[in-house]
Amino acid sequence: MPNNWKTWEVFVRSQNGIAHRHIGSVQASDADMALRYARDVYTRRDAFVSLWLVASEHLISSAGQDQSAWFETAHDKGYRQATFYPVPDGVQNL
Amino acid sequence: MTTHRTPGAQLSEYLLRLGDSTLILAQQLCGWCGHAPTLEEDVALSNVALDLLGQSRLWLDYAGSQMTPRQSEDQLAYQRDAEQFRNVLLVEQPNGNFADTQVRQFLFDSWHCLLLRELSRSSDAQVSAIASKARKEVAYHLQRSSEWVVRLGDGTARSHAYAQQALAHCADHVHELFAMDGLDQAMLHAGIGADLAALKPEWFSYVQQVLAAARLSYPQNPLNLDAGKRGQHGEHLVGLLMEMQYLARSNPGAQW
Repeated sequence: MPNNWKTWEVFVRSQNGIAHRHIGSVQASDADMALRYARDVYTRRDAFVSLWLVASEHLISSAGQDQSAWFETAHDKGYRQATFYPVPDGVQNL
Repeated sequence: MTTHRTPGAQLSEYLLRLGDSTLILAQQLCGWCGHAPTLEEDVALSNVALDLLGQSRLWLDYAGSQMTPRQSEDQLAYQRDAEQFRNVLLVEQPNGNFADTQVRQFLFDSWHCLLLRELSRSSDAQVSAIASKARKEVAYHLQRSSEWVVRLGDGTARSHAYAQQALAHCADHVHELFAMDGLDQAMLHAGIGADLAALKPEWFSYVQQVLAAARLSYPQNPLNLDAGKRGQHGEHLVGLLMEMQYLARSNPGAQW
């Protein structure tokens, strides 16, 4: 990759009303080029209605944080989940 | 030049010009596969090549259907020799460096876009349908190649020099794109073909606009080479066909 290029994260929306989802990344020198490359690399075979790109350097990420302190503390608190509670007899349409 | 006695023979000859130009350019772009500056550009160039190949198949299939005996698209692509090809000379110019390829593409796309717009109004329903389908693809090709010409021309001193050199070479093959020979005139009068000469001012105005943004200048006195549509080609086409046709010719009738 030329040294003044950067990485962009690519998000696609498959139809209106559905959220954009992350599909991959491209490398390009600027936003216009990145958008075209995203179109060429990711939308060739599937039909999408929209593309979003974010320069990877602008993504704030939890990667590298202490996994157990951030994400595992909820594992032993089953009462926070709806499935913790038995469904009383007679409840319908749940 | 061949004489065209029947309307079918004239139409098939005209269709060969369209199908051969897109076929040869597709094959040229395939030469970048695995060699483009980045993975993304590699995929993008191959996408353009595949679009052009798809268009070529439609033109050649229709051309073959007008021949006696009927020829298949594969027969036309793989079993003709260089002098039977009717592509414009511009598309057979060697890939050269990246600027050579993109400038060639830009001059072709800007012309191709206008040509397909005219052909989409053809009185021949099939010509009109193929042109209408191809137009959407080519509009994207033109955006892409225009952007590259600006990037290269308005880029570094080196990329600017390469782009200007490429332009000097490619401009010699522009005249042919707009030259109206007997067959072009006959197809125009039949309501099937396009008035190529009439497209030139619009084409040149667009090209000038992009070149201005790219800080490039259109060459002053380009040559007027125009033999490709009559089947007179440069040496490079022979090598290109040898590579493209090798497999099909060494395994006649093979299916894959």
